[in-house]
Amino acid sequence: MTYTSQRIGLSHLDWLEAEAIHIMREVAGQCANPVLLFSGGKDSICMLRVAEKAFRPGKFPFPLMHIDTGHNYKEVVDFRDKRAAELSERLIVRSVEDSMKRGTVVLKHENESRNKHQSVTLLEAIEEFGFDCCIGGARRDEEKARAKERIMSFRDEFGQWDPKNQRPELWNLYNARSHKGENIRAFPISNWTEMDVWQYIEREQLELPSIYFAHTRPVVMRGGAIFPVNVELASGEVLNIPKAGEAVIDLQVRFRTVGDVTCTAPVESDADTVEKIVLETATTTITERGATRLDDQTSEASMEQRKKEGYF
Amino acid sequence: MSAPEKIEDHGLLRFLTCGSVDDGKSTLIGRLLFDTKTILADTLSAIERTSQKRGMSAVDLSLLTDGLQAERAQGITIDVAYRYFSTGTRKFIIADAPGHEQYTRNMVTAASTANLAIILIDARKGVLTQTRRHSALAHLVGIPHLLVAINKMDLVDYSRETYERIKAEYVEFARAIGIEDIRFIPLSALNGDMVVERGERLDWYDGPTLLEILEAAPAAHSEHNEQFRFPVQYVCRPQDSANPELHDYRGFMGSVESGSIRVGERVTVLPSGLTTTLKAIQIGGADIDEAITEQAVTLLLADEIDISRGDLIVKADQAPPASKQIDAMVCWLAETPLDRARTYLIRHTTRDSKAKVAAIAYRLDVNTLEHVDADRLAMNDIARVSFKLAQPVFADPYAKNRSTGAFIIIDESTNNTVGAGMIVD
Repeated sequence: MTYTSQRIGLSHLDWLEAEAIHIMREVAGQCANPVLLFSGGKDSICMLRVAEKAFRPGKFPFPLMHIDTGHNYKEVVDFRDKRAAELSERLIVRSVEDSMKRGTVVLKHENESRNKHQSVTLLEAIEEFGFDCCIGGARRDEEKARAKERIMSFRDEFGQWDPKNQRPELWNLYNARSHKGENIRAFPISNWTEMDVWQYIEREQLELPSIYFAHTRPVVMRGGAIFPVNVELASGEVLNIPKAGEAVIDLQVRFRTVGDVTCTAPVESDADTVEKIVLETATTTITERGATRLDDQTSEASMEQRKKEGYF
Repeated sequence: MSAPEKIEDHGLLRFLTCGSVDDGKSTLIGRLLFDTKTILADTLSAIERTSQKRGMSAVDLSLLTDGLQAERAQGITIDVAYRYFSTGTRKFIIADAPGHEQYTRNMVTAASTANLAIILIDARKGVLTQTRRHSALAHLVGIPHLLVAINKMDLVDYSRETYERIKAEYVEFARAIGIEDIRFIPLSALNGDMVVERGERLDWYDGPTLLEILEAAPAAHSEHNEQFRFPVQYVCRPQDSANPELHDYRGFMGSVESGSIRVGERVTVLPSGLTTTLKAIQIGGADIDEAITEQAVTLLLADEIDISRGDLIVKADQAPPASKQIDAMVCWLAETPLDRARTYLIRHTTRDSKAKVAAIAYRLDVNTLEHVDADRLAMNDIARVSFKLAQPVFADPYAKNRSTGAFIIIDESTNNTVGAGMIVD
């Protein structure tokens, strides 16, 4: 027996885009004071295009917000500001360094990655502005702990995610209701994979920060990963000074994911266009986080642990 | 590295896998991901290490679908997990529902968005109570295509006779409950026979492989001529914009839940009942001529009509009736049982209404499919319930329309989603 196929539906990218638009409009329709988290990374760049398709010619019914560790790549921070200005949308930046000054973030040692401490600053910003929903660019394919994440993920008054206390999600009927102090994290591109993201960037001809494309930079090999060294931040500060005895080499690399300078590793690549990256993504043998997020390898369940503590 | 050919895009298929670990469900999903090259080297080496740690000789593909730390400690899966793979022509989303006692609730959730269900049967055991339950639930939630995978053929010497016997038994049961579209396939998820590769041990089977069936299965909405239904999610009124052309702009934003519409057609807005002409269809401010099912668009109307979130736009001669009483098959999802004295919130499309239970006609025993008297509903119960509503809804029977025939029940004290309903004709 064979099915008689009469396809009149949407292509897979059109379907994913339509689903993401639907989710963003549900947030706008159900929540009083939402915010979209925009880091200047590729996933949140896709979300901004989805938001344009969802709400133009009107303005977005939410501001953009970035939780800045102060250790982000200059190219990404510049891109973040440029993109928000081009869209004429309001961008809020809250920094982990301010939380450190307030004493709410205390590093174990000076060189500890600030990545996980973003949770504290995020919760402080949620309280400051009274946001009832944060729209984020997390994807279910990124990591095991995310495979069961809801589209509308409920967080209690402490910003905590309890895997056993999540609302069932049926059809496309999303429940983004919350009481005062509670918070919803909405993930419109949950069902996208890394490949979908790159195909969407290609189709929509989206601009990206330059470090997503192949470029030459000084690196060392550390713990089996390529580790970028002597990275100059927007502030002029230089991070990732090589250790004594480490051999610094110039390597052609690109970033598959961008984040904190101290814990994001590039991959060796000569893909200098989106088309070449799509090809490379189709034939890669290592997962996005496995290749590039040094902090996720600490423990198999480290993402689950951080999410419980309020991480995105 | 050679460039892949540009191939036709067959869109996206969402499907559900039903069965327990014993049926080899996790192994099947692992096999699909592995043989379609979805699993990358670092993930594979992680499960290789775990397999060794647990003293297994071969890589245990079922480990790929084990999710959270909390579950791994208990050795069970407690929730629906979503997995992704792509074959180059089509993208697939697997909803993986676990098989323990909370099964009904999880399966109804996973099934609500699926267009095909794979029902796994252990070839050594044949059609079990669990098989009947999975099938009945898939049927109840309106999954149009069922695929019965008779697994573990390696453990019955790839016997055609066994396969045919189980098939005949299943067909008899399926007819009795009114399931129409069923396909059968023999396979060994463990060895990979008939999943992605044909293998060499099932040469008596000349049908398509599992993956070939999945690639050809119709996507949702490509089969029926459903009526146009457009629930309004959000109204765009950028009147304070610096652009004078936008001063009178009123865009009604939403998703086409079913059917299609073209510019110039006559439309009716509910609940007001007012009729006008569709002036424009836009995505992101750019005009298109026609909107089809599942597209998220903005509609502009020729006349100024007061419309807000929760209203429904339909074609002029296709308005569903307003009803303040609905009759539905309800699956109770919450640990706190249904309280007949309480008022709940019902969310149907983008419309909310307060609701109270009017009557519980019967509870459905999902194992025997018998109707049982009931005056309360506990978690995982399925029952036929009628509700009285404070505001009218504009609904279609679920059997005719899976979007406008469905609703969720919300407990306003916790804001939890506590029930799911499918409207009966």
